[in-house]
Amino acid sequence: MNWVHLDWVLLVVAAWLLIGVAGVFALRRLTLVARVLFPAGGAFGLLLFGVALSSVMSSPEVAVLPIGLPSLPFHFRLDSLSAFFLMVIGSVSAGVSAFAAGYFRKGEGTPPGLLALEYHLFLASMALVVLADDAYAFMVMWETMALSSFFLVTANHRIVEIQRAGYLYLLIAHIGAISILLCFGVLQANTGDYTFASMRVQALSPFWASVAFLLALFGFGAKAGIVPLHVWLPEAHPAAPSPVSALMSGVMLKTAIYGVLRVFFDLLHTTVWWWGLLLLAVGLTTALFGVVFAAVQVDMKRLLAYSSIENIGLLFAGIGLTVLFSAFGMQPMAALALTAVLYHVASHAFFKSLLFVGTGAVLHATGERNLGKLGGLIRTMPWVAWVTLVAVLASAGLPPLGGFVSEWLLLQSFLFSSGLPSSFLDMLIPVFAALIALIAALAGYTMVKFFGVIFLGQPREEKLARARDAGGWERIGMAWLVGGCLALGLFPVQFIALIDPVTRVLVGAGLGETVNDSGWLLVPVAIERASYGPAIFLLGVAASFALAFLLVRLLYHGRLRRAAPWDCGYRWQNARMQDTAEGFGQPIRQIFEPFFRMERELPTPFDAEPRYRVSVADHFWHWLYVPLGRAVERLASLIGLLQQGRIAVYLLYSFVTLIAVLVVVKQ
Amino acid sequence: MTAMTELVGQLINLLASILLMLAFAMISQRRILSLIHLFTAQGAVLVAATVVVGYATQQPHLYLSAGITLLLKVILIPLLLHRVIARLDVRWDVETLINIPTTMIIGIALVIFAFDLALPISKLSVSVARGTLGIALACVLLSFLMMITRSKAVPQVIAFLSMENGLFFAATSATYGMPMVVELGIALDVLVGILILGVFMFQIREQFDSLDISHLEKLKED
Repeated sequence: MNWVHLDWVLLVVAAWLLIGVAGVFALRRLTLVARVLFPAGGAFGLLLFGVALSSVMSSPEVAVLPIGLPSLPFHFRLDSLSAFFLMVIGSVSAGVSAFAAGYFRKGEGTPPGLLALEYHLFLASMALVVLADDAYAFMVMWETMALSSFFLVTANHRIVEIQRAGYLYLLIAHIGAISILLCFGVLQANTGDYTFASMRVQALSPFWASVAFLLALFGFGAKAGIVPLHVWLPEAHPAAPSPVSALMSGVMLKTAIYGVLRVFFDLLHTTVWWWGLLLLAVGLTTALFGVVFAAVQVDMKRLLAYSSIENIGLLFAGIGLTVLFSAFGMQPMAALALTAVLYHVASHAFFKSLLFVGTGAVLHATGERNLGKLGGLIRTMPWVAWVTLVAVLASAGLPPLGGFVSEWLLLQSFLFSSGLPSSFLDMLIPVFAALIALIAALAGYTMVKFFGVIFLGQPREEKLARARDAGGWERIGMAWLVGGCLALGLFPVQFIALIDPVTRVLVGAGLGETVNDSGWLLVPVAIERASYGPAIFLLGVAASFALAFLLVRLLYHGRLRRAAPWDCGYRWQNARMQDTAEGFGQPIRQIFEPFFRMERELPTPFDAEPRYRVSVADHFWHWLYVPLGRAVERLASLIGLLQQGRIAVYLLYSFVTLIAVLVVVKQ
Repeated sequence: MTAMTELVGQLINLLASILLMLAFAMISQRRILSLIHLFTAQGAVLVAATVVVGYATQQPHLYLSAGITLLLKVILIPLLLHRVIARLDVRWDVETLINIPTTMIIGIALVIFAFDLALPISKLSVSVARGTLGIALACVLLSFLMMITRSKAVPQVIAFLSMENGLFFAATSATYGMPMVVELGIALDVLVGILILGVFMFQIREQFDSLDISHLEKLKED
């Protein structure tokens, strides 16, 4: 047998499905599920990563599977773009599966065997979404993905908030799916042929191409969480078990990015410049909105969910820039922006899933999600703390980690844009670049808050002293993800060589050659413009760290004097005196006040027990979703008028309908 | 031969007009017992019409369907209905939602509509009974009207059955009957339908101490 890459990928998918089915037979046998099924799923994730890695460079492969409806088989195609996303899915899921092997325990609501089924079905459907080569297979897999993740989100389905979160997620996922379906309907251009191969050769008029573009933006945007379709994200992520949040945020949101890239650059293959501007506007709004809200959250998983919204916004902004460049025929610049997007896809997948599994470990050890009740965990959970620190640094966009490379590339593509033929755009782009810098800075602020409040300082509750560090499987999973973050940061040149074939397919140019020429130094365009050497940075960071350590050791230690001549009224320092999550976010709450819908309860001087309470909500919920819900209810009550409860009236309806139909037939 | 065809054609038209008159009679009839008698008569006329069409067109399977109709609609169902009204004791007056003269006027309008509708179809048909399609359609619509205007369950069931009669007549007159399988299927449906409706009537009676379906309005969700 001569197996091509696609066969191996389908083998992995089949294995995942089998593992899921095996979970049904071991419904309540936790040890079997946790020690055998999840690690096996992780191993197949590694295999998928390996296969995808070797197929990124090779030419597209196709397969037709005669499953589904008769005369409507599933078409699959493995090209560079699919291979890239499969790489992300495989590598991240390997780490998350290993973590999940140690994470799931009794009392999670859904029995462990069923969780294994939903989890592996979710993985398999994500892999097949990026393989699908016709609208039918794509929609089936897209819906399977939505449904399996819905059941994973509602694992603790007896809690009312989780039911609400699951419902909201399912609702928005389906509205988005309808839009995607309509988009495919436009793309097939009245041929009735829903394979992607046929859509690729259709030439749509600018009007219909724009309609398809807007439908795809809405549909995939609902899944990705662009403003104002983001409301499900901060609800669903805290509700889901942490490995599931990690997969949803790290990988599933990326399938929406995949869909956007597939439709915009592969199926539509024409670009209009205002699409790019719209994407930039939407992306930057989303990013700013996400990061500002992340800065004021007090629930650690909600904070991460808003941070995901921010990153999705950055990705959309990068895609917008790519569209803008390729609409004006500036292919090398488009390739730079697209490389930044794909790089950020990979690095966000790693650091965000690492952050989520880190919160999972904290949640299991302490039972708390509220930042106000955590603190000082670096002493009881050092392993989790250091691992999370790596993810936090990557998320804040600091060198020498993956997040820095992608944000740096994105900023570079903004800064190189001063050759656009429209002077209006030329003036606008630097403003956008400044906005990106603001967003990156705020993201850093948010991450300082996240790490500082959870792990540093003194424990805010007594029980935190008894928190236990992550177990063996959890450590393996986290270590793998940390490795990913570090590798992405330290080997950008090698990684961009993998992205090169993808950008060549999508925008017809790549960074591979320029980057390869300069060896270890990352040079996206030209050496005299900008370059980045992660190894130098690493050496610099290590050297200054060592120097600081030595200096502190030599100069400061050993000369310590204890004295209390003037203690400012502090006889002792306790946990109540340190900065809280609310306090840390307060400046942001002041500066960006119009963004929030705040309710404050301030104590008066005469309160016996003064209490301060503030709740921060989203304007979109009250301005958009609540009126929309009311309108739907009003419409539904109009339909209720039809229901008279009298059989004669119901018969009259069918009678009148019959007469009307007969009259029409007569004409 | 032509005289014979002519006679048969006239005979079918006669039977069709009797059918229409019976339909009007059912609309105006207040007593349930008489309604059942009228329904039985309608069934008998239908059997006769089917036999005549079968004879005229040399279609032996029409005799068979006439036999089924006879067994089902002239003997079995009226018997069942008689038993139901005896058990439920609802022999007497029925109040209608719209008064009877108004219903008759609406019925006339329906007949005109049905004829107008059937005209172009009749021109295409080559059957001996092509002129009767309009009447068959009118019977269906009149039965539907009756179903709307009655407020008790038993007359509604009778109206439903009479509508089926009209459909059957339309099939016979326009296309020499439906395929045997379809006909048998419909016959079985009607039989099962009447059994289920019978059960429902007893249930309604038990729940509300009356067969007046206006009580069902209470089931509406507010």
